[in-house]
Amino acid sequence: MNTTIMLFLVQDGITNGAIYALLGLALVLVFAVTRVILIPQGEFVTYGALTYASLAAGQMPGTAKLALALGIGAFVFDLFVARKALHGRLIVRSLVTNVVLPAIVLALTIYFAAQKPPVAVCIALSLVIVAMIGLYLYRIAFQPLAHTSVLVLLIASVGVHLALQGLGLLFFGAEGQRGPAVLSGAFTAGALRFTGQSITVYAITIAFIVGLWLFFGLTLYGKALRATAVNRLGARLAGIRTTLSGQIAFLLASVIGALSGIMIVPITTLYYDSGFLIGLKGFVAAIIGGLVSYPLTAVAALVVGIVEAFSSFYASNYKEVIVFMLLIPVLLLRSLAAPAVEEEKD
Amino acid sequence: MSALLSVADAHVAYGKVEAVRSVSLEVGANQIVTIVGANGAGKTTLLSAIMGILPLKGRVAFAGQDLSRLDIEDRVAMGLGLVPEHRELFVTMNVEDNLELGAFRIERSKAKASMERVYTLFPRLKERRKQLAGTLSGGEQQMLAMGRALMGEPKLLMLDEPSLGLAPIIVADIFRIVTELRAGGVSVLLVEQNAQAALKIADQAYVMELGEFVLSGKASDIAANERVAASYLGFQHEGASVL
Repeated sequence: MNTTIMLFLVQDGITNGAIYALLGLALVLVFAVTRVILIPQGEFVTYGALTYASLAAGQMPGTAKLALALGIGAFVFDLFVARKALHGRLIVRSLVTNVVLPAIVLALTIYFAAQKPPVAVCIALSLVIVAMIGLYLYRIAFQPLAHTSVLVLLIASVGVHLALQGLGLLFFGAEGQRGPAVLSGAFTAGALRFTGQSITVYAITIAFIVGLWLFFGLTLYGKALRATAVNRLGARLAGIRTTLSGQIAFLLASVIGALSGIMIVPITTLYYDSGFLIGLKGFVAAIIGGLVSYPLTAVAALVVGIVEAFSSFYASNYKEVIVFMLLIPVLLLRSLAAPAVEEEKD
Repeated sequence: MSALLSVADAHVAYGKVEAVRSVSLEVGANQIVTIVGANGAGKTTLLSAIMGILPLKGRVAFAGQDLSRLDIEDRVAMGLGLVPEHRELFVTMNVEDNLELGAFRIERSKAKASMERVYTLFPRLKERRKQLAGTLSGGEQQMLAMGRALMGEPKLLMLDEPSLGLAPIIVADIFRIVTELRAGGVSVLLVEQNAQAALKIADQAYVMELGEFVLSGKASDIAANERVAASYLGFQHEGASVL
């Protein structure tokens, strides 16, 4: 094999790996804070990508309506839970965040979809729509189960994944879609050619990782999220609501998912069910990081991306198999390092 | 004057086993009230239930407001603080972050002053403010747990076995700080196995055995009662009048 091919493969692997890193970080975050293994992360990717592609093509994405429907559901949940102690401020606040907000976004989406909006508008709308879907899903599917076991949360997570995938087929059809590049143009450095899109991927990934690092290290809400992950009871005794932390975690995860989708869809054709496999590779990275370590997850994601690139070159039929086989030695090692089965504390 | 905290006819059960039966107690403003009793008497269970961690049957009111429908976080916001037996610190975060999060429900501008107050009470914490909570000694962790709870500006601080596993000199320090808190206007509900030390600083005391209060009254009276001391609290008076 010559060096040029190798460089190409590494470059390709790093581009994909960067996206897996973002997804893996989101998975670790959500698990640490809420104990939910976020299988629907892949759907956030597809929804973000296909909402963006639909808007750019001047079509109305069904996800905007889904956001409103879920928001109404979340509103009803809020009212039901607070039924014994309803007061005006609570109703208004819930109505604004769960119904008025998605209704405004839906109106904007209908308005813009009719006139092929510029790329920036498409991105903003897609991110907001998927972010709201993530937030309301937490309220409806996971918040009521917050005190149950990891297994129950996992089952709910699989259920949400299947439901979202089915809805994805309904909204976007079985056809694949591609979106316009966020940044067009390209330049060459030696043998390598960097497209505007791959530069965008690197830049956004690095910006997001730095942003998350600052958020967790410096802001009160970031620290509150970490605190909830470290010690749930301790956090509650400090007055930090577990539900607030869960909402922030899901909001971040859905934004990261949607953003990843928007970055991928100009490079690869995405179908309503493509997200699952992409999310799963982020999951492989997260598992290698033990679902706790952010740096290890990011590094593992790059390894996953590079292994994938090389295996698709040498044995493209087996590329998924090879990537997922990475898990076996890792799990073996981890099981040897920690032979005791961890019992759940709460 | 109505009490700051009043618990009436409280029952707490783990499944079918009642760990606390028909307990009533009151804590007034600027008071140290202690609950003493042997291991397994139900003291920790009672505190957890007052905080909202465990479900409680009966009436609990704080500052004149019924607590039954409020969850832990709301009770914290009302000024009820708990330093639990296991401290529940954020072990992978540093001392300062732990304290800052204690003031999560407090205005940012006030939090700064709160932190200075906590550092004045516990100068050791200031020395170690960049150290991870998990690497502190037991005594320092206890101070940090108390400091974190104080950052929320509680009107009533509930302390669960603050002396457990600590060296006598640190225990003395912590008990001294508890009396300083009272002087600063914070009431304290103190649960202790170390009855002798707790009774010395408390105003009122309750003796708990097998989930029930068997005795209550002024702390000095209970400490002075030789029969009580011997049968419930496991210590002997050296002379006729210790206090």
